[in-house]
Amino acid sequence: MTVHFSVLIVVVPLLSSFLVFAFGLFQRRVCFPATVAALAACLVFSAGSFRTVLTTGRPVHYHLGGWAPPWGIEYVVDYLNGLVLTAIAIVSLLAAIYARTLVAREIPAAKHPPFYALFLLQVTGLFGMTVTGDMFNLYVLLEIASFSAYALIGMGEGAAPFAAFRYMIFGTLGACSYLLGVGYLYISTGSLNMADLRQILVPIYFSQALMVGLAFLLLGIAVKMAFFPVHLWLPDSYTLAPSCVSVLLAPLFTKVGAYVMIRVLFTVFDPSFSITLLPVTTVIGWVAVAGILFSSIMALAQGDLKRMLCYLIVTEGGYIGVGIGAGNRPGLTGSIFHLLNDMFMMGLLFMAVGAIQAHFRTRTISGLTGLHRSMPVTAAALVVGGLSVIGVPPLCGFFSKWYLILGAIEARQWFFAGALLLGSLLNAVLFFRIFERCYFEAPHDPAHRKREAGVKADRMAMGELIPMALMAVLVILLGLFSGYIVQHAIAHAIPPGV
Amino acid sequence: MMEFIFGTFNYGIYVVLILIGFYGMMAKNNLMKKLIGMNIFQWSIILFYISIGSKKGGTVPVVDPSLHPAIRAVDYINPLPHVLMLTAIVVGVATTGIALALLILIYRTYGTLEEDEILEVLKK
Amino acid sequence: MTKDLDNVVIKTVSRILVPFMQVFSLYVFAHGHGSPGGGFQGGCIMAASFILLGVAFNLREIGKRFRERNNALMCVLGVFIYTGTGCLAFLSSGNFLDYGTLSDLLPIDSIKARYYGMALIELGVQITVMAVMLSIFVDLVTAGRGEDAPEDTE
Repeated sequence: MTVHFSVLIVVVPLLSSFLVFAFGLFQRRVCFPATVAALAACLVFSAGSFRTVLTTGRPVHYHLGGWAPPWGIEYVVDYLNGLVLTAIAIVSLLAAIYARTLVAREIPAAKHPPFYALFLLQVTGLFGMTVTGDMFNLYVLLEIASFSAYALIGMGEGAAPFAAFRYMIFGTLGACSYLLGVGYLYISTGSLNMADLRQILVPIYFSQALMVGLAFLLLGIAVKMAFFPVHLWLPDSYTLAPSCVSVLLAPLFTKVGAYVMIRVLFTVFDPSFSITLLPVTTVIGWVAVAGILFSSIMALAQGDLKRMLCYLIVTEGGYIGVGIGAGNRPGLTGSIFHLLNDMFMMGLLFMAVGAIQAHFRTRTISGLTGLHRSMPVTAAALVVGGLSVIGVPPLCGFFSKWYLILGAIEARQWFFAGALLLGSLLNAVLFFRIFERCYFEAPHDPAHRKREAGVKADRMAMGELIPMALMAVLVILLGLFSGYIVQHAIAHAIPPGV
Repeated sequence: MMEFIFGTFNYGIYVVLILIGFYGMMAKNNLMKKLIGMNIFQWSIILFYISIGSKKGGTVPVVDPSLHPAIRAVDYINPLPHVLMLTAIVVGVATTGIALALLILIYRTYGTLEEDEILEVLKK
Repeated sequence: MTKDLDNVVIKTVSRILVPFMQVFSLYVFAHGHGSPGGGFQGGCIMAASFILLGVAFNLREIGKRFRERNNALMCVLGVFIYTGTGCLAFLSSGNFLDYGTLSDLLPIDSIKARYYGMALIELGVQITVMAVMLSIFVDLVTAGRGEDAPEDTE
């Protein structure tokens, strides 16, 4: 059965999504256990596939329908894939367990079965995007993930459907642009398989159609990755989404988009093309620098904690872009490691913000006074997440930024390194503001004193505390074992030729 | 010159349609018109894919063993873009469905589908 | 009174047309491998037959024949048939959707096994597409309130 893990990781959440919807029509209480069971199975599948890759040292190829590529669709699990798959599985499982009380609060009871069905469908799309080795299959799964995101965000209150509609317009632009790029590649080569494209594309690297196709592809992926300047859909939609939704979407969706960008630039197109022949990575690096500076400054301007975190997601995407822009081994190591770290860091931060919104009943930074007394674990989680984003050792964020700066220096791109350091400084300003609010008294403000005396946080359920604590522990562990991970997994995950 | 036009007019058509859809998405104020623009955008890409699958003198891609003893690929049009675009059409239909449902929700909340009026309400 | 007379033609024609549409949808599904057609197209035509009932008569006419809960269950049934056929191949140590290897288990040859597997897959697709199209129509017409909403259109 282990040989089928690569496809089961997509089939099981897909089937369970529909089964949860069907059984939920009769008995609503079965939704949550079924979701957790499906996600736990996916964790087993992804960890099993990754273990196979680690022990044999070669990627796992799975041919759907028995048809050999390039005639059939194949699913490939290699080092890069396996890492991202396992990370998605862990984060989505913890998010599902965490979201239980929030779902009971924010979503009307009649909509619980469709909510969990959409949850599982979103996870299906994310897993599929990561594991597939076919360009058009990636488009299909990208759209599955996007639709579930639109529908999940539209479940919120107030302006959430409007934000979801604008996200839909933007996102469809991106996905159609990606489809157009795949079309150009198909016209030039006649193949849709990623490994096959890599070989066929080499002699025709300077055709105009190919360059336009690459431009469309990268535009589409940039929209999905929330890369500056096409990140405009992200702040509104993730802020207005219900907390149970943003804890799943925010860490995972944009990072899988970043993974797709690394795949397209370095696996489908040879690294010598993306880095030396055509300065694609340099352009991406410069745009990412602008993105880091812009979104860090926008994050500073926010008073709403969740909106600030959304701009932080854009900044993290910029860091990954800078690592791609450096175009050498340390830079790409930093990008891949930052991709993984950011899933856990953002998951932790969004869990903390969801808990603060639900139990402390505030979402503004100025309302956080006295958090450490009422919700000590959440405040500690906020601290761990914030320090990791800033890049304080031994948390994981430090090591990925270290590799990114190393890569930028080695590529003699001083502006990239400067932007990375400036971004860390702005993040430090952001988060130390929050820490001061949480842990130290607000001076001379009678409104704060009065509010602090009156408000008491509700008790947090165990189902919320344990995933958050586990996520914080994982953030620390990723940092402590970063050398091990980089040496054994990421060093092999970097595409050859960089 | 005429040969160039006759050889590549399908690309010209899809470019014009994409720009029309793009204009609809960006410049129109009514959310329904934005949705229609998005639809035109998606459908133009589908047309593009189908147009690249055609061959001069090619017939329907169903193998007819009575016609030739051996199958020559040049006689049949390429069926792969058609199959891919079946999926893309389904994706387009699903997008329209979700967008219309979201529009109903927006109309129920704000009572209007004009974007500037909704933004006015949101600013307050 | 004129309203009733106006509708007589539409109602009579659609009442005659709906069974033919459904048979045609099954034809399109069954001949998908040899002529334009297949699961998605057949499902759309089948859904269109129900929608014609809803447009010509009342939304209640659809509800009388096809309750919304059964519609949702049909959607799930279609996906189940699809993935079930794909997973059947695991039994005969083939990959997912590799129903050619089912010839090891069943007394048919490999080509026929692939043929029937494709037909089953298309059946799953047809059922799901029909259910989803119909539910999109009902949800949009009733503005999300479902088919038990007070009917204010005729």
